[in-house]
Amino acid sequence: MKITDETVSHVAKLARLWLDPQELAQLVPQLNDILEYAAQLQRVSLDGVEPTSHPFHEVNVVRPDVVRESLAREEALRNAPDQDQGMVRVPAVLEGGGGA
Amino acid sequence: MNYETIIGLEVHVELKTDTKIFCGCRNDSKSEPNTNVCPICLGHPGTLPVLNERALELAVKAALALNCKINQRSKFDRKNYFYPDLPKGYQISQYDKPIGEHGYIEIEVNGETKRIGITRLHLEEDAGKSMHAADGSHTLVDYNRTGVPLIEIVSEPDIRSPEEARLYLEALKSIMEYCDVSDCKMEEGSLRCDANISLRPVGASEFGNKVELKNMNSFRFVQRALEYEVERQRERYENGEPVIQETRRFDEATQTTVSMRTKEEAHDYRYFPEPDLVDLDIDDAWLERIRASLPELPSAKRRRYMEELGLPSYDAGVLTSDPKMAAYYEAVIAAGADAKQASNWVMSDVSGALNAQGKSFAECPLKPEHLAGLIGEMASGKISSKQAREVFKLMWETGKSAAEIIKEKGFEQISDPAQLQPIIDEVVANNSKSVADFKGGKERALAALVGQVMKATRGKANPTLVNEMLIEKINSL
Repeated sequence: MKITDETVSHVAKLARLWLDPQELAQLVPQLNDILEYAAQLQRVSLDGVEPTSHPFHEVNVVRPDVVRESLAREEALRNAPDQDQGMVRVPAVLEGGGGA
Repeated sequence: MNYETIIGLEVHVELKTDTKIFCGCRNDSKSEPNTNVCPICLGHPGTLPVLNERALELAVKAALALNCKINQRSKFDRKNYFYPDLPKGYQISQYDKPIGEHGYIEIEVNGETKRIGITRLHLEEDAGKSMHAADGSHTLVDYNRTGVPLIEIVSEPDIRSPEEARLYLEALKSIMEYCDVSDCKMEEGSLRCDANISLRPVGASEFGNKVELKNMNSFRFVQRALEYEVERQRERYENGEPVIQETRRFDEATQTTVSMRTKEEAHDYRYFPEPDLVDLDIDDAWLERIRASLPELPSAKRRRYMEELGLPSYDAGVLTSDPKMAAYYEAVIAAGADAKQASNWVMSDVSGALNAQGKSFAECPLKPEHLAGLIGEMASGKISSKQAREVFKLMWETGKSAAEIIKEKGFEQISDPAQLQPIIDEVVANNSKSVADFKGGKERALAALVGQVMKATRGKANPTLVNEMLIEKINSL
């Protein structure tokens, strides 16, 4: 895969990053170098090797379903830029843009 | 042209755990806003999530109940998007290795069993709740729900009508309730549904453009929204207009769907494996332990009610739709009541009285053994069915047994001929016109005479016996 100006602009937009043309020009070859470096792995024969999602072999790290104290509300809201009625107040957003 | 409707449903179910999926905050989104939050669910830098074992087990349990194949190895992935209710800027979900795949649910359509495939069931975290100011000036966010464990259940596009969609949802909800993995309260958001719907000419193999429907807060609204959408899409095709692939929301006020105009690229979620959580490996022993915790599921119970108890299919379906109702019913027959009689009382009187008070079967003031007692008193002929309704009402109000109430109120049915004879004689003597009418072949005249006897005994006389005795008396005249 070749990274182009368009790819970088698209990903920057998704990540809400603003890049000036200079930065864009700098990032495109850098990202291509990184991809090229990683592409070496694709030339290795991996027949019969399961894809790895993690460097650790450990599995099933879980905790018991036991309640722990939460933050006090004042504490939790301290970093919020604005608040109202115990909630974080943000600029109006379009309904339905998010959701699980 | 005839069109075929293709529907697939995505259902989110909140799991009934004490704590959130990746932190020890209370799983209770109804508390005062932002009181069940901590650095982990608020996404503060440097914090690490740890999976709630109970959430994992409930997800596996739900997947088993939906006949899914459980992936022994599964993992979590990040789904990236920006929205104020998602403090981390990504949702921890599962992408290519969900908990379960290839399941199904069976529904009854026009007396036939139809199997709706389930593509996958995966585990993920819920987002917070946004409240949008009415004047559009700002949005308020409560993060209590952030990190509440969810399972997402995706159906195959096997659903062919809005009615089938509702049946699928009802069956799914019932199974989740039986497994006790969730409250499944759609009005409180612990069960939420999105739908995909497209139309295609009958016989075509390609699907038409699909529309995603959101914001349907009850099963009835899901059906309504789909019905509206079927008509809207068909009209467009018939007028030679294309159906645009888009997301639409159901508007309760107008009972229509409205375009949401979301940006295309908002759906580029750039999933990648979650580096903060290790893989899951559910071995056979663990899986069997979870399987052993599964209760008898509604379809099996339904079959058993028909085969072993001889109930009609309708009764079996109603009684098994809600596990609490089924448990109540089973307690009534365990206390000795006739299966069909018990079914009638539970489905109509008990269910109706509970509905009127907005209560569930778990909160029923009438003890199952008391209802069995009432059914017994009726079967033995001690009280009439009319009296039984009275006794039922008093049992409901006082919590006393049928026998106690019958004794206290003197409800006992008079089935003693010696006690009834003088009354019969008197009624016959005082109603010569009705007697003559009956003798003259007017069968209905007898009812008037029975009525007189019932009146004289304040409804306590055994009506069958009164009938017999009246006929005997008149014939002897």
